[in-house]
Amino acid sequence: MEYFIQQLINGISVGSIYALIALGYTMVYGIIKLINFAHGDVFMVGSFIGLYSAKYLAAAGLPPVVVLLLSLIISMTISACLGISIERLAYKPLRKSTRIAALITAIGVSFLLEYTGVLILGPQAKGFPDIMDKKQVHLFGSSIQVESNQIMILLTTIILMLVLQYIVRYTKTGKAMRAVSFDVEAARLMGINVDRTISATFAIGSALAAAAGVIFGMTYNSVDPLMGVMPGLKAFVAAVLGGIGSIPGALVGGLLLGTVETEISSLGFSSWRDGVAFAVLILILIFRPSGLFGKNVREKV
Amino acid sequence: MKKLGAIILSAVLTAVLASGCANNTENSGNSASGGNTAGGTIKIGADLELTGGQASFGDSVSKGAKLAVDEINAAGGVLGKQLELIVADNASKSEEATQAAQKLITSDKVVTIIGASTSTNTLGIVPVATEKKIPLVSVGATNPKVTVDERSGNVNEYVFRAAFIDPFQGEVMANFALDSLKAKTAVIYTDTSSDYSKGLQKFFEETFKGKGGEVLSQESYQQKDSDFKAVLTRIKAANPDVIYLPGYYEEVGKIVKQAREMGITVPFLGGDGWDSPQLVEIAGAAALDNTFMSNHYSSEDTAHEVTSFVDAYKAANGGAVPDGMAALGYDALKLVADAITRAGEADPAKITEALAATKDLQLATGKITLNDKHDPVKAAVVLKFVDGKQTFETKVNP
Repeated sequence: MEYFIQQLINGISVGSIYALIALGYTMVYGIIKLINFAHGDVFMVGSFIGLYSAKYLAAAGLPPVVVLLLSLIISMTISACLGISIERLAYKPLRKSTRIAALITAIGVSFLLEYTGVLILGPQAKGFPDIMDKKQVHLFGSSIQVESNQIMILLTTIILMLVLQYIVRYTKTGKAMRAVSFDVEAARLMGINVDRTISATFAIGSALAAAAGVIFGMTYNSVDPLMGVMPGLKAFVAAVLGGIGSIPGALVGGLLLGTVETEISSLGFSSWRDGVAFAVLILILIFRPSGLFGKNVREKV
Repeated sequence: MKKLGAIILSAVLTAVLASGCANNTENSGNSASGGNTAGGTIKIGADLELTGGQASFGDSVSKGAKLAVDEINAAGGVLGKQLELIVADNASKSEEATQAAQKLITSDKVVTIIGASTSTNTLGIVPVATEKKIPLVSVGATNPKVTVDERSGNVNEYVFRAAFIDPFQGEVMANFALDSLKAKTAVIYTDTSSDYSKGLQKFFEETFKGKGGEVLSQESYQQKDSDFKAVLTRIKAANPDVIYLPGYYEEVGKIVKQAREMGITVPFLGGDGWDSPQLVEIAGAAALDNTFMSNHYSSEDTAHEVTSFVDAYKAANGGAVPDGMAALGYDALKLVADAITRAGEADPAKITEALAATKDLQLATGKITLNDKHDPVKAAVVLKFVDGKQTFETKVNP
């Protein structure tokens, strides 16, 4: 039992990272019906910005908590700007063209970011600085170990999720986002600045990916320019699993995928891990084509 | 909603297709023209991992090989001609290694290829070299099936190597675990996406079990994985005396780091795939305490051929200490140069014959004789990590 709970905790920390990245996919899809494949690479860029700002700030002698918060903020801000520029330069000119054109552009942007990273940073993995000392905490005197980092990941995810819910539900931008996702033309007629709303969506999604990137770097100590590919794909699966377009769906999908993967490995079938994760996706799509939390909307013909 | 499903499906397929044929970057050192011996040079190709997961190996090999070329050219070249090294990138992928080899042979017209640094990537070059009858000297491939065809059991006529093979490496570490570390139980944690890792795992297991050790469980991961906690929790519960981790430095670094954080303190053992400065960067010096690896040579070895190589390498690369791959790259090129000298002309068929007859050639990683399977017979060293530095533990002769 303790073994099972231990693995559950491992799974939740993996799943939280998937969930943070999945949010960006789901928000962008919800608004402009585009699967933004460059999202995993924004995650990578965020991680690298976090690495360099953490190195610089730690060298300046700031306390660890401040270093963490500042590198998170710096990384999220710069990545938000990157997200907006990607949208303005690559996707906006294609808003009136077919969906597949935008999709292929997204893949192009993804490669552009990856190999610009290889060009500038070199292909080799880099070690991420230890921002905070990792401590092991034993739960209730049992043998279950929780790492301080795992707690921090979960806290950061929950806080960011609450902030996101607040933004979407109670702010003007959030209301505009919901309106645009419902009906772009009607929203425009109501005087909503659609372009600005879409930019805001990209900014928020990219900032969340950057936060995931910094957390990822802190947890696994290694970042490289192609690191966004696999987590990006997994987070996309998580978003589809939860119902693409749905914010709670991304959270649940991420956590579900993380725990399924971990439990499969923990049973000794580590080479089956990815296979089972994708099989779960296929099964859910067969029985609930719109995902767990997706709205079953009929397409107008 | 069917439409959404179709879009998602096509998106996934497009992504998979696109990533499959992405990144065809090839860094050729020179323009693609001229014949074998045009302008008084002999062209040797290097098919290496300049980018991708094993980029550190390719980088070391090319530096080692360049040093060898410079030394040979400074001493008057081979057969009165200068050597020219043409490096092509295989992006650490087997299929790109095939393409890079094709480019080296057809457009650069090289007479011999050295590379790749790993077994999996070398296996991508073997069919090309065999078809075009161009000798191939693999630098770091340690899997037996590189030189001996698995199905027919025949020796690949055009394929040679500079590194010792996995049976020997796996055996050395199994004996070391049993005799020096007094281990009775082990867990083997293999990279299933790598032929090299699976080869080492097999021969470690055979020797370890054969001499009375017990393998508690077999675990696996894949390259580019980043979370290993699930399996490590499992290993921790099994509580072995040693963990054999025959993988490459990037994942090894992450695994060792995460294991130490979880409180797994037993020794980790591995092979030459660990040999990269990045291992220390990723894992951190403290986590690497109590870990051991088998390797081709130790830069701390005091033998004359080692010290002269280390000094020359340091002088050429701003004081950097050569790792095992750099030494093997240097050796692979010297092996080729020696064969060309004995062949009497830069003709691929004659070089192949001369390579097969290599005997008692003194190189940086030891005295090499190629046996009838084109595998070198030479010594291995076991290294221990102390404060993040590889220190010489023991030397094992075949």
